Amino acid sequence: MTTTQAAPTFDVGSANVSGIAVEMLGINKRFGAVQANSEVDLRVMAGTVHGIVGENGAGKSTLMSVLYGFYTADTGTIKVAGRAAVIRNAHDAISLGIGMVHQHFMLVDTLTALENVMLGAESSFLLSRSEGTVRSKLKELIDSTGLKVELDAQVDSLPVGDRQRLEILKALYRGAKILILDEPTAVLTPQETEQLFGVLSRLREQGTTILLITHKLKEVMRLCDHVTVMRGGRVVQEVAIAQTSIERLAEAMVGRKVHMGRQGDASKPAGDVLLQVKGVVVRDALKVTRLHGLDVSLKAGEIVGIAGVSGNGQSEMLEVMSGLLAPQEGHMEVGGTSFDAGAWMDPRTARKLGVAHVPEDRHERAMVMSFEAWESAVLGYEWLPQYCHAGWMRHDDMRKATVDMMERFDVRPRNDRLLSASFSGGNQQKLVLARELGQAPKVLLVGQPTRGVDIGAIEFIYSQLRSMRDAGCAVLVVSSELDEILALSDRVIVLNQGRVTGELPIDQCTESKLGMLMLGSAT
Amino acid sequence: MSANQPMSRWVELGVLPVVNLLVALLAAGAVVALVGQNPVDVLTFLIRGAFGTPRGLSYTLYYTTTFIFTGLAVAVAFHGGLFNIGGEGQAIMGGLGAGLVALWLSYSQPAWVVLPVMLMASIVFGIAWAAVPAYLQAYRGSHVVITTIMFNFLASTLLVYLLVNHLKPPGSMSVESSVFGPSAKLTSMRDFLGWLGRDWPASPLNISFFLALLAAVGVYFLLWHTRMGYALRAVGSSANAAAYAGIKPKHQVMIAMGFSGALAGMVGMNEIAGVNGKLLLEFVSGAGFTGIAVALIGRNHPIGIVLASVLFGALFQGGAEVSFEIRGFSRDMVVMLQGFIVLFSGAMAYVIAPWVNKGAVSLVSVLSRSRHKEEPGASHG
Repeated sequence: MTTTQAAPTFDVGSANVSGIAVEMLGINKRFGAVQANSEVDLRVMAGTVHGIVGENGAGKSTLMSVLYGFYTADTGTIKVAGRAAVIRNAHDAISLGIGMVHQHFMLVDTLTALENVMLGAESSFLLSRSEGTVRSKLKELIDSTGLKVELDAQVDSLPVGDRQRLEILKALYRGAKILILDEPTAVLTPQETEQLFGVLSRLREQGTTILLITHKLKEVMRLCDHVTVMRGGRVVQEVAIAQTSIERLAEAMVGRKVHMGRQGDASKPAGDVLLQVKGVVVRDALKVTRLHGLDVSLKAGEIVGIAGVSGNGQSEMLEVMSGLLAPQEGHMEVGGTSFDAGAWMDPRTARKLGVAHVPEDRHERAMVMSFEAWESAVLGYEWLPQYCHAGWMRHDDMRKATVDMMERFDVRPRNDRLLSASFSGGNQQKLVLARELGQAPKVLLVGQPTRGVDIGAIEFIYSQLRSMRDAGCAVLVVSSELDEILALSDRVIVLNQGRVTGELPIDQCTESKLGMLMLGSAT
Repeated sequence: MSANQPMSRWVELGVLPVVNLLVALLAAGAVVALVGQNPVDVLTFLIRGAFGTPRGLSYTLYYTTTFIFTGLAVAVAFHGGLFNIGGEGQAIMGGLGAGLVALWLSYSQPAWVVLPVMLMASIVFGIAWAAVPAYLQAYRGSHVVITTIMFNFLASTLLVYLLVNHLKPPGSMSVESSVFGPSAKLTSMRDFLGWLGRDWPASPLNISFFLALLAAVGVYFLLWHTRMGYALRAVGSSANAAAYAGIKPKHQVMIAMGFSGALAGMVGMNEIAGVNGKLLLEFVSGAGFTGIAVALIGRNHPIGIVLASVLFGALFQGGAEVSFEIRGFSRDMVVMLQGFIVLFSGAMAYVIAPWVNKGAVSLVSVLSRSRHKEEPGASHG
């Protein structure tokens, strides 16, 4: 199955190839005991889009940081446009024509788009003089690339897609011929992603070389000419896109076969309603309405996916259903008990009624990071008689339960005395799932089930959620990854600005349909 | 990104504090030498003064008792995510509570009635004085650091007012209450050991020392073995995670500050019931603040706090001896030494940690290598 390219081929046969833009040879970088990059070779042809894929910790970000001058490699050489280059800091990188767009934008929110581009590149002491030249140069750039941004708008008023275009403009303005994009689509809707890819294709036509770091293989297949797969700090595969497929790339990334798509379709029809909210209204501290009369019901044996651009009420919805947030108006029924606004249930009551909750923010909520694993493994359930007797914690039983959880959910390392913060994202999530699934919940609320989790663990988490569904649990999944919603759900609810804009059974869902609903427009 | 190796537990808890202490002593020694004294002499006098005689040791442990209470008070609040600067005021109020009970009951009731009630009163007064800032923090968002500092001033002013206007016997010139009856006197260590048939010199040391040790054990079990402690530490480390778990952060603020105030209030038992036998001004004299340093150096763990309290007790007692023995060496020099200890063991505790760790790790590897070398030889033999 694996036809590993022993000798990478570079004859793309495309007309705009004019040599090697970046060449990194024998790059080694070590952090303490961790060999983040070992003997990494990377050749990027000018005027191509080159994908770099790999799981968390595969070394792709380290490699790009070496190229952009954040780190210096322990050994190895870098050539830019055929000439040996020494890159000690971002300034060196920029003067060599390398630009980087970070996953978390590096913009000053209180400045305008134009001022952000100017920042650090002011040509004279007086701002007004450089403003004119920057503006005209930017207008040219915008016209030629299609990167439309309102130049005089303050950045915090710009939508996420605009901010990303602004970041790209910033890099191009500084003369970037080689553009590094780190997970650029993580925050975008499908439509915004389309738009971005249009721009990137046009930039490629104009001769810009693009390095795309991502874990979304579908996007790699769509956009890239070449792809480098990294695993454990090494390059395991370098291949022209025409000669590979999503399945083969996933296999190379993980080191074994993975099944990510839909499974167990045509599941049993959904059963009784186990949790129902009606007319829920949530206003935040600034009196902004976050949920406008939400009506949702969760049924036994069904996975409901909540799609929507982040910040459209998904978090509030999870918090209301799990008892973390009391709404201003509304009604809820769960486990034969009903609650009205003003006397909402608290999280402990929710757990007693069989509502388990895997929170969106693992670091902030799901675990106490400074606790050892066995203490985090009972968080929220520390009052159960098997963990606590007459106010005293039963350490032996807590630790036994944790060892058992770690065994069943394959949490590594199997060390219940390790600090919660010391586990990788995937293993933290597995421990949280083990805890939440452990008390046989009737309703399972899951926020971002696989955020920051490696592909291998994603597969496992999906199968756990499906088996909960098959066991008759009502499962709610909130995710910013549309693919995840499509892979897991039996029914999809789309939220936009705190309102349900659509509710579809899975067989009627398409990416574009959901995308339209996510943006709030009717289909 | 740093390429440092993670520090092993035994280095962090065992080696590093000792090294930090030595660095502090070196720095203080340099200053002592600069003012023309012999650092070795000073240190010898200090240690001999603090530990060399039963009497010196008694005084050291008397100071230690108070520091254990205030150090534990800071630590419990710290584990709840709160910085209680108000140990001073809470200790004053604890002493006031104990004193009022003594003035009320000690002339008519036996000791087995009076002393427990005094203990209860010192605890309740300490809790009450901590509860107001705690409430303001939890439900009104006023920062507990600011309010506890303010409550220190309020407490000491309240004590002055009560002593001057109400408790001072008419005609007396000193700002003190009348002397308590004998049933309000906590058994001194001399009497206690006397009953056990051992000789011990007279000193302020009394059986509240055992109360302090008991409190340290209690705090350990509270924090790490009860559900209340679990909830308290969860809130202290991550209020969001605690809220997710159904633990109410606001309640925990009240509970943490309540325990904190109770512990600080017990200082009153040592100072008022154990030593002075009357209410007076300045009986806390900064111990509440020393408790912050003690908790810092003791890493907020009861064992560390007991050890750090002994260290500060020794500095207080030994320092007094040194200033008595060596001409030109004032008590201010001891304050300077304390300052260096707080600086190197508290504020800058981890500054030299990477080197200490590297040194310790390479030492261990050298030792284990030499052991490996010996092993084949042994098997040949």
